[in-house]
Amino acid sequence: MARALIRTPALARPGEIVEIRVLLQHPMETGFRPGVDGQVLPRDIVTRMEVHFEGERVFAADLFPAVAANPYIAFPMRVTVAGNLVVSFQGDNGFVHRETAAIRLA
Amino acid sequence: MTRRRSLLLAGAGLVLLRPSWGTPESLRAAIDAFAGGQAVRTGRVTLAIDTLVENGNTVPVSVSVQSPMTPADHVQRIALFTPQNPLPEVAVFHLSPANGRAQVSTRMRLATTQPVIALAVMNDGSVWRHSVDVVVTLAACLEGG
Amino acid sequence: MRGLLLLLAAAGAVAAAEPRRSGYQDMAASTQVLQDDDAQNPAMLWVKDGEQRFAADCARCHEPAALRGAAARYPAWDTDLAKPVTLAARINLCRQRYVKAAPLAPESDGLLALEAYVARQSRGLPVAPDADPRLKPFRDDGERLFRQRVGQLGLSCAMCHDDNAGKRLAGSLIPQGHPTGYPVYRLEWQGMGSLQRRLRGCLSGVRAEPFAWGSDDYMRLELYLKHRAAGMVVDSPGVRP
Repeated sequence: MARALIRTPALARPGEIVEIRVLLQHPMETGFRPGVDGQVLPRDIVTRMEVHFEGERVFAADLFPAVAANPYIAFPMRVTVAGNLVVSFQGDNGFVHRETAAIRLA
Repeated sequence: MTRRRSLLLAGAGLVLLRPSWGTPESLRAAIDAFAGGQAVRTGRVTLAIDTLVENGNTVPVSVSVQSPMTPADHVQRIALFTPQNPLPEVAVFHLSPANGRAQVSTRMRLATTQPVIALAVMNDGSVWRHSVDVVVTLAACLEGG
Repeated sequence: MRGLLLLLAAAGAVAAAEPRRSGYQDMAASTQVLQDDDAQNPAMLWVKDGEQRFAADCARCHEPAALRGAAARYPAWDTDLAKPVTLAARINLCRQRYVKAAPLAPESDGLLALEAYVARQSRGLPVAPDADPRLKPFRDDGERLFRQRVGQLGLSCAMCHDDNAGKRLAGSLIPQGHPTGYPVYRLEWQGMGSLQRRLRGCLSGVRAEPFAWGSDDYMRLELYLKHRAAGMVVDSPGVRP
């Protein structure tokens, strides 16, 4: 039931540096929090995010339990050509998710 | 042995067995690993974070680094550390000239009032830092449900 | 015309020193940014899910645009049940009666997603409780519940949220308790929740037994709270500390 929102600018000029904003639905259970019964809930986090543009890696992040639930990550990217941005995630318990967004030129 | 006494001893045992959270040693080890053993200098990095936080569960944070982000001169990675969270590492971000600008934003958890430390490693191996003291009025990490 | 009059009345109410403050106004600036920026607001993840569910189940009868104002108006009268129902209850009633689908569990991601999506259509509108006279006895019951002392601490909602709003309790600011942003992404929960969930938290907080899930007492309280907040801006789906 993973949902991700990727915000890219509607249009970008070649050479422009734009901000890519990613929001992922994930509890990021820290592994330190007690549940209702008092037992500590097991860790369940996203550990890695990678961003590729037309096959080239443009950004990556290693995440730890201190990243807030429903992680938000924003980073800049210099736009050169139009193309597809692929954001992929992996994490505990075999979690994988991938989302694509288009970069369009003005 | 009375039940009360055995319970007290069991409790003491539990306290001793608890993992040591947020020690200076674990922080130093984490920073050394990130910095590749290089000396850490203050400057070039700007950590933007509220100094008074009403809920430690979701604290917006931004790090920017002065850098032209050219192949010859750019930031390779940016990391956030918390000396007094259960673990010192928060996140490591990997950048390249493709970013155009060295900046990253995210949201983090803060277990208690503490300094938040941002570090950046440049392509020439130099390491820079900025630290901001943050007061947390409601802690993350320890609250249930 | 009626809508315009309501808007003018709301504007008039705001122009004359508005003593009411929403939870949004009481938040730190950085938390307000989390709410205002759709790219950062975690509730938008549920809205996106709600949009897909709406298209699959609800669009056969409802145009999304036509639902503008619905959340601002609810709770509203249900003819068959002969009582008012909350928006979440209405969503489930529609599912059972028209979509022929099972109701979604309270506080389930699916129900919160649909509620968030519908509530978002009313964002920016003034809270405009339904003027249906049949709602009055239930709303009056809600006011009675609001003023009733409960729990081991013997506190009523009014004692904190009318008499002591703006002061601090254990480091946290006491809000006036206007439900303008529901369903909300609460940082405390690290997730989405309905007004019912929040009210249950309040009742536990004063060491009272919360009403059962789905109890009509939550509907009665909501009727009174919306009446109390009439004219304030709907900011759903909100972020709260």
